[in-house]
Amino acid sequence: MSASAGVAAGRTVAGLSGQSIIREIKSSGIQFVVSVPDITTSEGLLRPLAKLTDPRLIRICKEDEGVAICAGLSFTGKRGLLLIQQTGLLDSINAVRGVAVEYNLPICMMVGLLEKEVGVMPRQSKRYGVRIVEPILDAMGIAYHNIEEDGDVGKIRPAIDKAFADSKPVVLLIGQRPS
Amino acid sequence: MIDRKQGLAAIARHVTDADIVLPVYSTAFDWIDIRPNPLNYLSHGAMGLASSHALGLALGRPDKRVIVLDGDGSLLMNLGTLVTTAEAAPKNLFHFVCENGTYEANGGHPIPGRGHVSFAGMARSAGYKNVYEFSDLKIFEQQAGAILAEQGPVFVCLKIVSSGDQERDYSRLHGPHVRKAFRDALGAN
Repeated sequence: MSASAGVAAGRTVAGLSGQSIIREIKSSGIQFVVSVPDITTSEGLLRPLAKLTDPRLIRICKEDEGVAICAGLSFTGKRGLLLIQQTGLLDSINAVRGVAVEYNLPICMMVGLLEKEVGVMPRQSKRYGVRIVEPILDAMGIAYHNIEEDGDVGKIRPAIDKAFADSKPVVLLIGQRPS
Repeated sequence: MIDRKQGLAAIARHVTDADIVLPVYSTAFDWIDIRPNPLNYLSHGAMGLASSHALGLALGRPDKRVIVLDGDGSLLMNLGTLVTTAEAAPKNLFHFVCENGTYEANGGHPIPGRGHVSFAGMARSAGYKNVYEFSDLKIFEQQAGAILAEQGPVFVCLKIVSSGDQERDYSRLHGPHVRKAFRDALGAN
């Protein structure tokens, strides 16, 4: 786990480039981005991704669909990335439990943290819906990484590669709106 | 109404060894005896998600036919899948729904909207262009082959009744050996 519990709230962080994240996604071999729109990643990530043909964007109605779509893709040797909001992750916990965790499948989730304060680690957020995310992932035994500034973007490709190498799910928590 | 095993046998006559088939719950226990094959994808992890697994498989392997044998209760848990699949428009995906009006695997309780909901109507409204509904076995037997030769995504609602008691050993659906067999078979195909 790369959770940074104990980091003081309100630290100064640099910006986060959407194009840098997209470069990492592409270099990770992701061929399909499967998404329900998330306001944190809407402009900096989803909108530019929607203009690309590779990776192909699959728009879905509900996040648990995406867990299963990425599972099906994984059996074919193709890499999918589920791009959602933490509300959708919470809504999909049973699918993540059954498909990703109990079946040991490489479901890679990039999750925008709605209403997380910039510079505040998720566990220290004043928002209940943000604060509970990491403890829930801990309870489920799911690896996660905080991506909040450009210095964090380098975690993305190794995390995705490890998920596929180990056949395990991973969550990449996007902590501020990418530019 | 169509006896489920007879309806599945009509489908099986047109399924090749190269096809991927995703049967759910009660249908799965009938299907794996009718067509035992490692390319049966049986582990869906959560109720309602078979058609979404199928979409991932169809997108990842456009060279193979992917056939979902869904249940009505399962589809009700994931209705958005109809819209998502219609938009993604995989030419190789065939979505059958066995409608018996009950949550058969969960005690036989009626589904909401039993007898009133039109699954074919919902598929059509979601954007599926090729949509069928059958309640007569002979008519379905005559048309099954042609339907499975169409360009997907195709949606077929079969009005069915159970074929009787089943021995439900869920390890035959969810065991790790099932997924390994599927992965190995797909890799070799």
